[in-house]
Amino acid sequence: MLLVLGRRLANIIPTMLAVVALVFLLFSVLPGSFISGMNEDGRSTIDPAVMERMRKEMGLDDPLIERFAKYVAATATGDLGISFRTREPVTKMLAGRIWPSLKLVLAAMTFAILVGVTLGFLAALKPGSLIDTAAMVGAISGLSLSQFWFGLMLMYLFALKLQWLPSFGYGDGGLRNLILPAIALGVGPMALLARTTRAAVLDVLNADFVRTARSKGMSERRVVEWHVLRNALVLVITIVGLQFGSLMGQAVVVEKLFAWPGVGSLMVDSVFQRDMPTVQGCILMIVLFFLVINTLVDLAYVVIDPRIRYR
Amino acid sequence: MRKLAWLAVAAIAVIGAGAANAQQTPRKGGTLRMTAPYAASFGSLDPHVTPRAQDDIVGKALQRSLYNWDTAANKLSLELAKSVSVSADGLTYTYKLRDDAFFHNGRKMTADDVISSFTRIMDGSKGYPGARYVRLIKGAVDVEKGTAKEISGLKKIDDFTLEMTITDRVDPGYYFFGGSTAILPKEEFEKGNYASNPVGLGPFKFKEHIPGSRVSMERFDKFYKTGQPYLDKLEVLIMAEAAARDVAFRNKEIDTSILGPAQYVAYRADPQLSKGILEVAEMFTRSMHMNLGSIKPFQDKRVRQAINYAINADLIISRLAKDKAYRATSWLPSSAASFDKTMKPYPYDPEKAKKLLAEAGFPNGFEFEWTTSQNESWGLPIVEAVIPMLARVGIKAKPKLVEVTVLTEILMKGDHQALISSSLTGPDSLATLRCYYSKTPRTACNYTGFNNAEFDKLLDAAAQEGDLAKRDEILKKANNLLYEEAPVWFFNYNKAVLAFQPWVHGLQPNPTEITHQYPENIWVDASSPAK
Repeated sequence: MLLVLGRRLANIIPTMLAVVALVFLLFSVLPGSFISGMNEDGRSTIDPAVMERMRKEMGLDDPLIERFAKYVAATATGDLGISFRTREPVTKMLAGRIWPSLKLVLAAMTFAILVGVTLGFLAALKPGSLIDTAAMVGAISGLSLSQFWFGLMLMYLFALKLQWLPSFGYGDGGLRNLILPAIALGVGPMALLARTTRAAVLDVLNADFVRTARSKGMSERRVVEWHVLRNALVLVITIVGLQFGSLMGQAVVVEKLFAWPGVGSLMVDSVFQRDMPTVQGCILMIVLFFLVINTLVDLAYVVIDPRIRYR
Repeated sequence: MRKLAWLAVAAIAVIGAGAANAQQTPRKGGTLRMTAPYAASFGSLDPHVTPRAQDDIVGKALQRSLYNWDTAANKLSLELAKSVSVSADGLTYTYKLRDDAFFHNGRKMTADDVISSFTRIMDGSKGYPGARYVRLIKGAVDVEKGTAKEISGLKKIDDFTLEMTITDRVDPGYYFFGGSTAILPKEEFEKGNYASNPVGLGPFKFKEHIPGSRVSMERFDKFYKTGQPYLDKLEVLIMAEAAARDVAFRNKEIDTSILGPAQYVAYRADPQLSKGILEVAEMFTRSMHMNLGSIKPFQDKRVRQAINYAINADLIISRLAKDKAYRATSWLPSSAASFDKTMKPYPYDPEKAKKLLAEAGFPNGFEFEWTTSQNESWGLPIVEAVIPMLARVGIKAKPKLVEVTVLTEILMKGDHQALISSSLTGPDSLATLRCYYSKTPRTACNYTGFNNAEFDKLLDAAAQEGDLAKRDEILKKANNLLYEEAPVWFFNYNKAVLAFQPWVHGLQPNPTEITHQYPENIWVDASSPAK
């Protein structure tokens, strides 16, 4: 197990290096600069002399290779640079955003797993039934829904009409403010999990070892609990892992809509302002999160299915 | 009987008037929940670091500058000084500073704070945005270059008297009323973490900042305006998404909300919501800049005028902008003191446009590339509406779509034939019109490459004129000349619309930026649901 963990962690380093290079080069060739972003749609004016000073201060006039080398060297020591916009260390800015993002992603995933896996499981146990049809219609709808539109509908229903929950914001960081953005973010993975769970459970239900277990006279409940659930879980965990890992990146729209102070909304703002150090920091954070979650999923396979061994 | 009836009427009138007065008497206490709509976060709470309108929403509560914008009088007024006297040559200003202004850390403001704040802004290694304004003071450039440590044009006479010598005969108020020249306590910004714990002279003191969510502030009891602020708490909530803002406003979770064209229509149509709408012609002019050196037709005044005649701007404002804009008459906005109120915008007259084109030697029109962003109020939707109007007079416009962040860079480089954008055009009319002064480089703001000797002469005369009323008259002539020369297609002035809840009072229609409210004037009545 430790060997697997070691190998997986070692793989993270070249992946991160590639991401650093890609993001840096991409933003270096992108038209526009931080300084023109300060214009704020014509709401502010920019002084050329101040521009010059800022370019110098931020090292924007240095050759690309030199800037890249400096960036990689600094990143290796955990220094993600200074934000062009706030003049604060990017690590400090990210530190303030990680917990709200994690909270949102965890809540969305909890919702997705609880509802999606349960629906998929029930649908597979009674294929063709009303519950199966309803669950699959719900799943397909969930997959096709735009997060923005669905989020607005949630706001309209639960905040404006029913007055049960606040429509936006972080509030005191409690559950009330978390519910609506979490559902809006979690509805896509929920739908995917429902479909995947249904397919996985149906597959296992038709497997030889399940037939054998039944023919041995094992009760249906025991068959499901001991054989079906455990075997179907491998596929479900793969999807959970992939979705979980990518959810922080997907949260951009929901965070902006609900004014949720996560990494996603920081990244979008920074892209529009061409605040490169912050964008790079956000992307690195999201990629790192994805890689760590995938490593954990790999390890979970070994625990769930002892037949799986990594060489 | 008749007497009794009159008495009853009189009594009702008195009671009614009393009720109205009671309604207008500011109530102490309560919380105001304003919104910051221009981005999903604040840039910085250190006002010297940021030039952004979004950040100045909070800045108006936490900080104060030497001057402010008096919305009621529609002019600048002294804020941190009680009086000012000007030397005969118009270059030396002696300020009698307030002796009752305290920072939130309890220390009284003195002339040293003005000097240290302006010296900080001129730190050449930092590139603070406010340097463009402080550079007006004699010797400030030396500090910026690192050849001096002190700004020679700033002299402390005593703790509350400051002498400022400037290099141009301009009104320094225009330079020192924004947040980027706010007066800060040296001992606080020298700590190095000012943005995390901003300490200012404003009516509210900092309580909490949740990045990407909100800034919370509470009343500063030692604020220098007696009895103000009225509110106990002020929250500025970040809400960049218009649709979400709409739901939150209708749900009474926020007290103010900037409206876009779509919401403006809906709110005006709603009998309740329509009662809480504040409108103002902001000092932003939306226009199509013609790069006069790019193609031959743009060099001819008649062609530029023809473009202005060929476009039915009123129709576009009414149909596309949903009346959330005022027709632009000239470069200066209608709220500017130098605006000529007798001026009329170019009428829609395609026949005259054709005639002018023919006179200029382009009877069959010509073709040009029109750079635009996606902006709904002054971007691609507008360009698409204009293209058929121009085609009608023979001009073929080819749109070139770019991201909004790139627009300024293109304008500065002159990589455009024509470009539509929104420009800040106030409140300093002289600085605004300098964008068409021949010696103003393109990188500064002469985006059309305009060069007109008569215009330059007028601007030189205005700069030399010490009498502000006479200066306005000269600038009026310069603005009228610009209208005649038409280096841009004058499209519209932004109509800023702020929706507010019925319990909110004291909002100001600030034409420099409607979201920039001086919150000490705002109060909420007892019906406010905010705790």
